[in-house]
Amino acid sequence: METKLMKGNEALAEAAIQAGCDAYFGYPITPQSEVLEYLAREIPKYSTKEHIRVVLQAESEIASINMVYGAAGAGFRVMTSSSSPGISLMQEGISYIAGAELPCLIVNVNRAGPGLGTIQPGQGDYFQATKGGGHGDYKLIVLAPSSVQEMADFVFLGFDLADKYRNPVMILSDGAIGQMMEKVTFGKYNVHKTEKPWATTGKPESRGRNYITSLHIQPEKLEVHNLKLIEKYKEIEKNEVRYEEIMTEDAEYIFVAYGLSARICHKAAIIAREKGIKAGMFRPVTLFPFPSKRLNELAETAKLFLTAELNSGQMVEDVRLAVNGKVNVEFYGRLGGMVPNPEEIVNKLENLISKENVS
Amino acid sequence: MLEEIIIAGFGGQGVLSMGMTLSYAGMLEDKEISWMPSYGPEMRGGTANCITIISDSKISSPIISEFDTAIILNQPSMDKFESRIKEGGLLIYESTNIREISKRKDIEIIGIPAAQEALNMKNGRILNMIMLGAFLEKRPVVKIESIIEALKKVLPERYHNTLPLNREALERGASLTEIASGVLS
Amino acid sequence: MSAEELTLIEKTDKNISEEADALTNSDAAVNICDADEYSVVYERPHTLLDVNMHYCPGCAHSLVHKLIMEAVEELGIQEDTIGVAPVGCAVFAYDYMNVDMQEAAHGRATAVATGIKRLLPDKYVFTYQGDGDLAAIGIAETIHTINRGENILIVFINNAVYGMTSGQMAPTTLAGMKTTTSPFGRDTSVYGYPIKVSELISQLPGSFYVTRQAVNKNTAVRKTKKAILNALNYQKLNKGTCFVEIIGNCPSNWKMTPLESNDFIDEHMVKTFPLGDVKLPGAEDLKQLNQTGDKQPC
Repeated sequence: METKLMKGNEALAEAAIQAGCDAYFGYPITPQSEVLEYLAREIPKYSTKEHIRVVLQAESEIASINMVYGAAGAGFRVMTSSSSPGISLMQEGISYIAGAELPCLIVNVNRAGPGLGTIQPGQGDYFQATKGGGHGDYKLIVLAPSSVQEMADFVFLGFDLADKYRNPVMILSDGAIGQMMEKVTFGKYNVHKTEKPWATTGKPESRGRNYITSLHIQPEKLEVHNLKLIEKYKEIEKNEVRYEEIMTEDAEYIFVAYGLSARICHKAAIIAREKGIKAGMFRPVTLFPFPSKRLNELAETAKLFLTAELNSGQMVEDVRLAVNGKVNVEFYGRLGGMVPNPEEIVNKLENLISKENVS
Repeated sequence: MLEEIIIAGFGGQGVLSMGMTLSYAGMLEDKEISWMPSYGPEMRGGTANCITIISDSKISSPIISEFDTAIILNQPSMDKFESRIKEGGLLIYESTNIREISKRKDIEIIGIPAAQEALNMKNGRILNMIMLGAFLEKRPVVKIESIIEALKKVLPERYHNTLPLNREALERGASLTEIASGVLS
Repeated sequence: MSAEELTLIEKTDKNISEEADALTNSDAAVNICDADEYSVVYERPHTLLDVNMHYCPGCAHSLVHKLIMEAVEELGIQEDTIGVAPVGCAVFAYDYMNVDMQEAAHGRATAVATGIKRLLPDKYVFTYQGDGDLAAIGIAETIHTINRGENILIVFINNAVYGMTSGQMAPTTLAGMKTTTSPFGRDTSVYGYPIKVSELISQLPGSFYVTRQAVNKNTAVRKTKKAILNALNYQKLNKGTCFVEIIGNCPSNWKMTPLESNDFIDEHMVKTFPLGDVKLPGAEDLKQLNQTGDKQPC
């Protein structure tokens, strides 16, 4: 086991190498260009005649995601990364990948939008990541790291989940987690190899041809395919829900937040406790599948949920659906790349509590 | 122990690398650390800053608005951050270049003529290590030895011949703090 | 139709059905096969699946599919060939070609092929793209793939219209040519001139072999076959991208009979898109190919 001081983006890139990533295709965009830069420097060192490993700067995000499609279809462990505008460009390709059931890893180091927006951190891509993003009926498995360590960990986890379910996995990070440096420890994981008999590697005489497609022109056949995908998503919801709880055992007030917001809410919970408020934090680690069941359980005992996001209120809708009216779910958000202080969030909570007591 | 530090100045003054070296030293001492840079166009010749947090326990938010210590290398950063130092906190500033100094009475303020001192030592780039040495004299959150070990890791091999100079700068910063503290008190 | 003509047709039909009866008689069939004076002059390549194709009568696609699969069979590379067919009339190519294949999004075939070839450099990778796909929505991928010198074969079917979506104007539509979206003929002051892709990409150092062929008559078909064979074989050299443009017909959308559409190619298409080699490998490169021990197919 080796501990290093790294930026989130670099930790993710290093983890990709260690997780046996065969190919990375990408295009520069702030705040995640370190991934491509790191891999452009490091991957060639690991490429051998026996195990070819590829890093390629494509002409666009559109080309990147389609290169991912080709390499994933040929059975390789493959990934790309980008930031919000670039991820928008990839959506068509991601839809094809989901339709053709190709395993791959897509990283979004979220910046604030819409449009060109800014390069500062944001969480405005929550809906895009968790509700499909591209056209058609599909889901990504979405992992939300809130530390540099998790930027690395979720690469291993993401590749394994992608292979297990033949489904694209997205790591939804943000500019702050990508740019900040923390300690990160490597060497905790084994690399799993999954057999991919469906891959297009050249047709030996012993089998029929393999083909990768998302085209099912007859509605009857497409519906069967859709139903199969839905079954898979249900299976994922059953098996892969992940979350973290901090000080929730006796909490009357629970912050719900992911990624960078969760770090800030953690601090907010500590400050609130110092003030004598029984606060805790719930952090969804998987945004799809969403930890609805656990939130519903917590709603039995909590007085109030306060969801904090770097957007105008996206995950809060899923929190409300999860608790189904059992408890009041309030929202606090900052926009435009602005990041709230823990104190701001505590103030919001205090205001809500005083209103509650008045009414 | 929890020390929340902002280091701010012009791009090129070694602001980011000062925070990074401090973080690295913290890691070598098995402490929890986080280093959060300002990034983007700000990096290119404009102002640069980084929040560096060193703690004995898990660090929650890497982005904070109030600091235990501010290490300030230019006037715009003084204007921006002096009000955001916690009561009882520490402000260390580069006194050759900064004219308008915080008037606060509830924090400790120490001016270090690091730019002048770096010129005396015939290496302008050593300014950040003088400032770091000054800070560590006041808040020994990591040992000087750990900083030297960290520099071995952070600096490319071809710069390892500058390690003695860096040590000298750290020590010079420490002694300047002593002098400055003595004058003020 | 006159009574005389009707009688003739009936008579002919009767003759045919009698002949068919004779053939289905097993003894007669065996006799024909055993006869020394008959020999096999044509067989469907085994690399082409024995299914009906969805293409319109007289369309060039089915013929070009066959030529590619014949080349794959003759080179003995079925096990090592991976094809990519994007959105367009040939999106179902994997239903016909008995090799591993990937369907690609519109315009992205060469990016997909790049992903495959970079990881499987010893395999033969080809794309099969139409003009809208390759020269409009996918022109960036086309140029950058060739500029990187990806060691693949791009088969480019240029029939001057979007066939699958029923005959809209393509970047290769001839000046003045009527399509559903240029109902008064392509106005070059509005839409510019047809893009000559082969000439364009031959300027890139990454292109190795560039040729423009047709399949509207026997001699042309034979030349096209040879071009495909060469292009696939050149992948052994790893010298760059091979690009075989084939002027196709589209009788349905050109509103012509198949024969008329074949004539239209000679009379009009080749004036804008002259047939022949645009860029050839150097003699040194070909010498290297011979040294690999493989026989040169042409």
